[in-house]
Amino acid sequence: MSLDEDQSGPVSARPQTSDVPGTASAEPDTDTEVDPTFEVPELSGSLGGYVRSLGKKVRSGESGVLPVLGGLILLAVIFQVQDSVFLSAGNLVNLLVQGSVFVLLGMAEIWVLVLGEIDLSVGYVAGIGATITAILSTTHGLPWWVAILGGIATTAAIGALMGTIVIRLRLPSFIVTLAGLLGWEGVLLYLVNANGTGGTIRITDNVLLDLANGNMSVAAGWIVMVAAVAVFGLVTVLRDRHRRVSGLVAPPPAITALKVAVMAAAGVVLVLVCNTNRGVLIPVQGVPYVVVLVLGILTVWTFLLGRTRFGRYLYAIGNNAEAARRAGISLGWNKLWAFVLTGLTAGIAGIVYASRLGSISNNIDGGTLVLYAVASAVIGGASLFGGRGKMIYALLGGLVIATIYNGMGLLGLAASYQYMVTALVLLAAVTIDSLARRGRTDA
Amino acid sequence: MSVVAEGRATGGPGGAAAPLLGLRGISKHFGAVRALNHVDLDVPAGQITALVGDNGAGKSTLIKAISGIWAPTSGTMTWDGQPVEIHSPKEADRLGIATVYQDLALCDNLDIVQNMFLGHEDLSHRLLDETRMELTAKQTLADLSVTTVQSVRQLVGSLSGGQRQSVAVARAVMRDARLVIMDEPTAALGVSQTAQVLDLIKTLGARGIAVIVISHNLNDVFEVADRLAVLYLGRLVSSGPIADYDRQRAVELITTGRSAGDPPRAADLEG
Repeated sequence: MSLDEDQSGPVSARPQTSDVPGTASAEPDTDTEVDPTFEVPELSGSLGGYVRSLGKKVRSGESGVLPVLGGLILLAVIFQVQDSVFLSAGNLVNLLVQGSVFVLLGMAEIWVLVLGEIDLSVGYVAGIGATITAILSTTHGLPWWVAILGGIATTAAIGALMGTIVIRLRLPSFIVTLAGLLGWEGVLLYLVNANGTGGTIRITDNVLLDLANGNMSVAAGWIVMVAAVAVFGLVTVLRDRHRRVSGLVAPPPAITALKVAVMAAAGVVLVLVCNTNRGVLIPVQGVPYVVVLVLGILTVWTFLLGRTRFGRYLYAIGNNAEAARRAGISLGWNKLWAFVLTGLTAGIAGIVYASRLGSISNNIDGGTLVLYAVASAVIGGASLFGGRGKMIYALLGGLVIATIYNGMGLLGLAASYQYMVTALVLLAAVTIDSLARRGRTDA
Repeated sequence: MSVVAEGRATGGPGGAAAPLLGLRGISKHFGAVRALNHVDLDVPAGQITALVGDNGAGKSTLIKAISGIWAPTSGTMTWDGQPVEIHSPKEADRLGIATVYQDLALCDNLDIVQNMFLGHEDLSHRLLDETRMELTAKQTLADLSVTTVQSVRQLVGSLSGGQRQSVAVARAVMRDARLVIMDEPTAALGVSQTAQVLDLIKTLGARGIAVIVISHNLNDVFEVADRLAVLYLGRLVSSGPIADYDRQRAVELITTGRSAGDPPRAADLEG
């Protein structure tokens, strides 16, 4: 195979400037030794080299999303074997919609987790976002977009308030948001009860209801998917080409093509599944709006966190605040914006939650929601100690939780089992992460 | 006081051209404690000045005054022959003074490029311009002959101590530093990594950058330095080309503030 020939080229061509024969394995702490893990990215000029470098990356502890992807596939196989309904179109779409709230809350949590902070109040903050939206829409009859803006503006302000307390008073976010967990539940109860509709505020606006329950037309689903894949493909190809032209190490063209192909295949499968008629009495088909919403927010947040100074500074602060400060980075402002984005994202999650249920009531379990939010982020691969986490982690972690929730529901297992299994998955995720990191520091 | 200053300015063998940084009568008092007492020091461009002294001699106080962490109680500084006052690290930065502290201030979760540009990222269309930053970082490392790093995209957390030191120095150099101050750069390093860092320091000097190195290790000092400056209890007891010193004399100066062969000094009498 040509892959093998490709490998040997760059490996032998790599300048081994400081390789001292015979000392490499004998003295682990000499810097002249060429540590195998250091070779990783420079090897990726060819397809074989790229695959090898990926393997080394995984072994050195930078496994990224691979463990959680594997776990997700494993869970899907188990549930499919147990109950063949699991992989049916109707159930998969249901799972995506169920998972959307976990994913959104997980993304909310990522903003503060990257900083090394935590927000324990996202569940009830989400509830307040939903309540404000419901009150504005149903009680006051305002247009849906005013209601949504009011809801997320409120939760963003709540995030700003808690962030200010954490930053100004230098209090641990764990305590401040623990107070938030209690306090915002109180505010939520007050708001819902004061509405005078018996502890529940119904959502009646059709747009708000469609947010989590409506579907795009079959054609619109295809168009949106093709457009999204085209943009992703274009960005990927241009970026890799730019790196190659600039003389930097870039993934080989085959890998670039493969990335785009995988993305396109995933898009086609998603739309095919969603466009399958899943109705029982009347035909129901199309991509749920909430799927597009979640993927849209995922994209924007990923850009903000990965490609802007603000995002870069959050990682820096989360790992070494003193280094960030000496580099001239404003700790206060960047942290504050992270808290605001947590609140804002939680508000969106709350509105989706209420949309799905058709109402918001005073018995929303914000405590469980926040645990799922943190679990989503951590199962996906974010660190509770700061400095590590991506938005995609929340998507994958949230899907894992939704899969357990959904699959065990199909099997008719009680909530008790579901909690226990979720706990085991969370433990497994943290263990894998910890072992992988130990591998990295040993390297 | 003025006698001392003039004596040092004319008597300093390296002072033919105007030094990049000139310190005259720098004192720093913390209450009754005189951490620095009338320090006069010239730091020429392209030369490596080793700042030595026992614990509490005032080395850290002196570099903090130069890098703008705190202002001296009295005394003047010149930069390129012009009088300057440095009130904050930002002002020091603007002049081209970069300080590499012992803890290096690196983020382990970011890669080399990201660390080198932290706080000063290149942007294009408001997004991070990774390609440009990577090219600049690679060029800077190549200019400094840092060859032990295999990829500029490895996480700094995976680097050896010497490589981390190189990244911290490269960050300073990349931002056009003209004076690099290094606090104990070899303190935590093994033999070969120390050699690597010393090479880097020599490269800086060869590129016309002034370097002040604080070190406890006289082996390193005698290997790398062009000039020596000895602090003793807040006073600069001796400074000059490294050729004027041998190990024995340096140790005497560090531990007692004087050495057998020295003529008595005005500063000694005053103290």
